[in-house]
Amino acid sequence: MSEQHTLSVLVENKPGVLVRIAGLFSRRGFNIESLAVGPTEHEEISRMTIVVNCEEHPLEQVTKQLNKLINVIKIVELEPSQAVQRELMLIKVRADADSRSKVLETVELFRAHVVDVALDAVTIEATGSHDKLEALVRVLEPFGLKELVKSGTIAVGRGGRSITDRSLRPLERSA
Amino acid sequence: MTEQSSPAPSKAHAPSPLDIPARTAAAKPAPSRPPTAPGSAAAPGATAPATTGPATTGPGVAAQPETTGPGTTGPGSTGQPTATPAAAPRAHHAPVRVTGAQALVLALERVGVDVVFGIPGGAVLPAYDPLLDSQQIRHILVRHEQGAGHAATGYAQATGRTGVCMATSGPGATNLVTPLADAYMDSVPVVAITGQVSTNLIGTDGFQEADISGITYPITKHNFLVTKPEDIARTIGEAFHLASTGRPGPVLVDIAKDAMQATTEFTWPVPFDLPGYHPVTRPHSRQVREAARMISEAKRPVLYVGGGVIKADAARELKTLAELTNAPVVTTLMARGAFPDSHPLHLGMPGMHGTVAAVGALQRADLIVALGARFDDRVTGKLDSFAPDALIVHADIDPAEISKNRRADVPIVGDCKEVIAELVVAVTNDHEHGLKGDHAEWWATLDQWRTKYPLGYDEPDDGTLAPQYVIERIGRLAGPEAVYLAGVGQHQMWAAQFIDYENPRTWINSGGAGTMGFAVPAAMGAKVGLPETTVWAIDGDGCFQMTNQELATCAIENIPVKIAIINNGNLGMVRQWQTLFYNKRYSNTNLGDKKTELEGTRIPDFVKLAEAYGCIGLRCERKEDVDSIIEQAMAINDQPVVIDFIVHKDAMVWPMVAAGTSNDDIQFARDLAPEWEATD
Repeated sequence: MSEQHTLSVLVENKPGVLVRIAGLFSRRGFNIESLAVGPTEHEEISRMTIVVNCEEHPLEQVTKQLNKLINVIKIVELEPSQAVQRELMLIKVRADADSRSKVLETVELFRAHVVDVALDAVTIEATGSHDKLEALVRVLEPFGLKELVKSGTIAVGRGGRSITDRSLRPLERSA
Repeated sequence: MTEQSSPAPSKAHAPSPLDIPARTAAAKPAPSRPPTAPGSAAAPGATAPATTGPATTGPGVAAQPETTGPGTTGPGSTGQPTATPAAAPRAHHAPVRVTGAQALVLALERVGVDVVFGIPGGAVLPAYDPLLDSQQIRHILVRHEQGAGHAATGYAQATGRTGVCMATSGPGATNLVTPLADAYMDSVPVVAITGQVSTNLIGTDGFQEADISGITYPITKHNFLVTKPEDIARTIGEAFHLASTGRPGPVLVDIAKDAMQATTEFTWPVPFDLPGYHPVTRPHSRQVREAARMISEAKRPVLYVGGGVIKADAARELKTLAELTNAPVVTTLMARGAFPDSHPLHLGMPGMHGTVAAVGALQRADLIVALGARFDDRVTGKLDSFAPDALIVHADIDPAEISKNRRADVPIVGDCKEVIAELVVAVTNDHEHGLKGDHAEWWATLDQWRTKYPLGYDEPDDGTLAPQYVIERIGRLAGPEAVYLAGVGQHQMWAAQFIDYENPRTWINSGGAGTMGFAVPAAMGAKVGLPETTVWAIDGDGCFQMTNQELATCAIENIPVKIAIINNGNLGMVRQWQTLFYNKRYSNTNLGDKKTELEGTRIPDFVKLAEAYGCIGLRCERKEDVDSIIEQAMAINDQPVVIDFIVHKDAMVWPMVAAGTSNDDIQFARDLAPEWEATD
């Protein structure tokens, strides 16, 4: 039974790291549902949040193969129950004078924001869990979706600890 | 952990910044290997003053490679002199102002490089100038970059040291792709240095530009693109460290031309910046004890030995473990020589063309102890019917291999030398407490299989030479002290089967990638690494034609290798498959000239070709001439020798487990399968 797993991967902030990881997934036939990457609180470390679609045993292989990459520093699986997961969505909905108020009502209900208004369309920004955003899309669909843009999932563990603790212990090695 | 050789004596020395110890004939400076265990003491160089010379003493900078990383040189196993050049004292040297190219050469000297195989070109030209002045590094100019790559591989496999090859940008670099992929598949420590166009041209489709970093991501352990001169020295240090520690593998360093031309300060050593690299070599003691217990309790155990045992230099520990447990041993294609073929506990090679006893033992085992092996498809056959009753102990330095193809019941991450040594301790302990395995029944079965289904071959009935006979006689006459290499195909399988290997690093071939054309350049590399050892390359006529231009390099550089071409005029292994599975429809496997009646490939005439390349060329077509021709070749040690053995074209490799089938369906001759239970 295939399921989704969210991996938080700390990588060195160097050129080419994204390509290496994407290449690894492609080469080994692992399924990427979504991928988001950005800086962390440490300048030398970037953080990738990868949602993988696979069963338990292949996930073990995914993490082991990722760990083999020299630029990968640490991998943590974020269990849904112990993490906060969010996606960002920008959605352009058809809305003319008649339907605009209904659209705006939906926006209110989902606690989303209008970021652009045109004569025949409205652009909405929404953040939330995957399910919430799916629901918003379903509700807005009848009005007519002109354009939909979604970011990858990002996630952080609940509680006070950070996965970047102890990742930067300098290892004094040289030739 | 394991023995370290005595540190090289210090030599009183008036220090000069670019002082490099003079290279002597016997000197093979060991690459300095920093400790790999996390949290270990900082290498003295990190905080202490810069040292000169590769063979300095001190915990972090070993005179002999430390065994925490594989790829170490066992002094006895290769017959290589272990003298290191006199170490310069660890004096403090002020950083020196040099060009990036000089920094490159200095760094290579510091890590202990003594030979580089390469071809210069535009982008790498700056590096070649200081190379000319190096007293320590011998650069061997090859005829094709692929030859340089395979030579570096052959050198590394023969000596346990890191092989080095060099090429220019663009097509020079892309010609290294095949040998890099090959080294990657067989986990060989190789560092490839390529020139790259200047940084201002990168990404503009410049002349001879190729994104070699992008191209080699999937086939290198790691690669680097260096655009600043101050990064060159550190990157070289890191590259050699990555290549030779943990699971070894090829590392590519791509250096932009302007980085080599600009000036920088050279200091050594330079601390590494590899926060994501922590190879584990020390096994978990609880896992080891559990494995030991299982070995003693098993009724039908098998020690499944892979290439990792050779890389870990663990042959002696393995012998101890095998004799202690009285367990049968099988050695994979990459591990031939890790356990002596003459030893009574040795069942032979498992896998697609393995012995019936070895394949049967794995299939019927109740415990498989995998040591430095990876359950490759050539060994397992169809995975879901492989060793159905066996529990698995899997010891490997790469955690990703464990439970990749077959779930491990006891996973052990560690260096084989340490793992096996600890297993010996644990098993001895169990024996002292009365827990000892009883395998009498198992051995009765195995011995019957061995006697009933030994390796063998038929003499051809048309009077042509049996290729297996030729290979057998080479092995017999050159003996177990020689080093044997092969190309890929039928001749490779026969070389693995019919030569008796007694020592590690005496059998070198392209296993994982199966690269045709491997033999000649790899033999060149092996001979350069082991100049006092007889080196025989057993090659096919198809393979030979792919890289034989390196014969010129051998003749000119005084590298007297011996090449035996097993010339059947065909791509033999493919032909065998066409015989068995494609109704003898021989599509594009005949290399011979259809206008002649003669057997074997005659265009080119390999004898004339050898002579054109400055080598001795000999031809053998009759059984009665085989021994004398081999002896003739053995007596020539100042020139490379090529022997064209014309052999029977329909010789077959047996036994065989067809691809995608179960090991249970092994055939030892056409349509003849062993009767597994007949002996009960």
